[in-house]
Amino acid sequence: MSNSNKKMSDFLRTKFGALRQYGIIFAFVAVFTILSSMTDAFATKRNMLNVLDQASQVGLASLGATVTIIGGGFDLSLGSVYAASGATAAIIAKAGYPELGLATGMLLGLLLGFINGLIITKFRVNSFVATLASGLVIRGIAYVLTDGLLIQVKDERFAALGRGYLLDAKIPVYFFFGFAVLVWFLLSRTTFGRYVYAIGGNEEAARLSGVRTDLVRTLTFAISGLSAGIAGVIGASRISTGQANVGDPITLSAIAAVVIGGTSIVGGEGAVWRTIFGVMLLQLISNGMNINAVPPFYQLIVQGAVILFAVTLDAIRQRRA
Amino acid sequence: MCVPHPHVEIRGISKRFGGAQALADIHLTIERGTVHALVGENGAGKSTLGKIISGVIQPDSGELIVEGRPVRFASPREALEGGIAMIQQEIALVPKLTVLKNVFLGIETNHGGVLQERDTRRRFDELNHRTGFDLPADRLVSSLSIAEQKKVEILKAIARNAQLLVMDEPTAALPDDEAAKLMEIVRSLRKAGTTIVYVSHFLKEVLSVADDITVLRNSQFIQTTSAKDESPESLVVAMLGRAISMTFPPKTFHQADAPVVFSVEALSRGEIIKDITFNIRAGEIVGLAGLVGSGRSEVARAIFGADRKSSGILKIDGKEVQINDPGDAVAAGIAFLPESRKTQGLLMRLPIGHNVTLPHLKSISRGQVIQEGKEIRQTTRLLQELDVRPPQPRERVDSLSGGNQQKVLFGKWLFQRPRLLIADEPTHGVDVGAKLAIYQLITSLTKEGLAVLLISSELEEVMGLAHRVLVIRQGRIVAEFKDSLDGQSSLTEDVIMRAAFAAE
Repeated sequence: MSNSNKKMSDFLRTKFGALRQYGIIFAFVAVFTILSSMTDAFATKRNMLNVLDQASQVGLASLGATVTIIGGGFDLSLGSVYAASGATAAIIAKAGYPELGLATGMLLGLLLGFINGLIITKFRVNSFVATLASGLVIRGIAYVLTDGLLIQVKDERFAALGRGYLLDAKIPVYFFFGFAVLVWFLLSRTTFGRYVYAIGGNEEAARLSGVRTDLVRTLTFAISGLSAGIAGVIGASRISTGQANVGDPITLSAIAAVVIGGTSIVGGEGAVWRTIFGVMLLQLISNGMNINAVPPFYQLIVQGAVILFAVTLDAIRQRRA
Repeated sequence: MCVPHPHVEIRGISKRFGGAQALADIHLTIERGTVHALVGENGAGKSTLGKIISGVIQPDSGELIVEGRPVRFASPREALEGGIAMIQQEIALVPKLTVLKNVFLGIETNHGGVLQERDTRRRFDELNHRTGFDLPADRLVSSLSIAEQKKVEILKAIARNAQLLVMDEPTAALPDDEAAKLMEIVRSLRKAGTTIVYVSHFLKEVLSVADDITVLRNSQFIQTTSAKDESPESLVVAMLGRAISMTFPPKTFHQADAPVVFSVEALSRGEIIKDITFNIRAGEIVGLAGLVGSGRSEVARAIFGADRKSSGILKIDGKEVQINDPGDAVAAGIAFLPESRKTQGLLMRLPIGHNVTLPHLKSISRGQVIQEGKEIRQTTRLLQELDVRPPQPRERVDSLSGGNQQKVLFGKWLFQRPRLLIADEPTHGVDVGAKLAIYQLITSLTKEGLAVLLISSELEEVMGLAHRVLVIRQGRIVAEFKDSLDGQSSLTEDVIMRAAFAAE
């Protein structure tokens, strides 16, 4: 092979490398530009704040999913935890303790996630299957707690979390970004974060480096549970209602957002900023289609296509690497 | 014209993997209907040669001639079309299918996609009869013993008209009685006219089954001789050569009364390792020698807590330490370089720096927060010290050459100096230059008073570095040899090999 040939292939590789690395940003900018040119109503402060608010629940859950996926796992119980947390919060609020209800709902998410982690690490079960099963159990518990009914809360203090404003933005937006900063800090600045990447990259190598892999993996599921718990409480607060049959779509949307952002589904790679862009891209697409009055059926088709595109890119990247 | 062509001729075949020469200019002739053994130390190139014959890998240069015609097999499939199949060390069957379905997988008799069960069964009976294997057609493969599964693989190859079988360490996973059965199979295949290339390091086995034996050493062809002219001793000499071709740094001898840094008493793990007792003094290198599968690596893993041990007492600097998992071992000052850099040692897709500091994050963190400036400074200095090129902590590990990756693996365990360094195959897959650098590094570490446990399948390496060699066979220490300053050394390759092979 001649020297210039080699230079050429190096050049192509780095260019494609950049596209694969930062593809999500290009996609985001492209979609944003297209939607701005289509309607004036899109790129307004009001609509943008609205988009952020609508993205906050999936966004929270996707941050949790980011942690488990980088650690080489999957949490399919996000939606069920979402429902159980919201329902629990509503039940306690209805009994007259709205603040306690909100806090308990969030902590319940943490606890359920922790239990997921224990099951996965102690019994060495595949996390995909374990959380699929535990998700069924958790949803069943939510039905038992609510007796299958809507738990409506009249107390305004309960609704403040989901519907209140701080400055111009709704409270959930602050939760989303606050949690994003927390997860970013954990993953990129702490020993825990290093261990998560190491375990996702190669659990055996991490273990042979002295990493307490079981503990770290358990904590990734606890964080994931907490994220779904907060999202579930926000969801219940927003409509002043706790119920058992919500949250199903959030699991897959959250995982989809992580993958679209470019975090690898095989683990060991990824970043919080990717997930933020992934969430926002999905939200922009659905907001843009709403503004342009595209029927919701088509939105499903577009969302599915975007996810397929993202996983295909990831697969190509894995093959080349 | 009347002289028949040999079944396979190999003319000047060479192969490199990255920086390492695996085969250099090999010439070899395999006669039809014979059992031709390839022997040599681990890494001598015998498996590579077997894989080239069967199209699993392709040579960089040289010619492969089958029945007088030059061929280039781009894949095992093409080799099979040329009548050559390989029986790999690991079983490659579908466990949940029956014997019959495995044998004819992909070549079932069919009319327009509809299976003709009766005809397939007839072909199976015919094969069974021809080989005398007597395999049950309808048993699930997963319910068979390993030797019987090997038979299924052989039948599968013969069903595809293979006339030459390359068998890579066919008895490695077998208990003695099953190994004996397999040898019978090899003999009966030869009687039926099949040519066998038999890759093995079990010398007695090779001597009993082969017609011709080719010895490879350090990727070179050494000799092809008739099996009846050889003995285990003569083969060992041929496999090792007489001269030590590598130069090792001079051994620095620790004081005979140097403090004992590490000791292990009565370490056992099930039936795999039994009653292992030894100690290592400050500045001493103890080598563990033995064949692949003898339990060498398992001893190391049990000490480090990577595998659960059933019993045993470990002491560091005279104090007993409880080690139940690798985390305990790291805390006790034990470092472990595992035998596979890529799957056990390093996180290939992560930055070099993150790999190096992974076991030592506490030392560069305040609370749980990593001080990245400190991390980068200290790893850069260490990488320069170890001469890793380039010494850039932010680069990914998989961007480095094998030798540099291995240095990173050392760096990972030297970031904070351990008391005991266990190195399993420390120069696996690195080139000569990096090997020498690693030898010098290990020697210099002993001057700091570290205890080193060295495991290697390259005897030269163990001989050249270790002060004392323990030979492991079937999970037990069966012999101990000392090197000493006064030239009265009991440490020779010959005695170690004899102990490892149990050749008296």
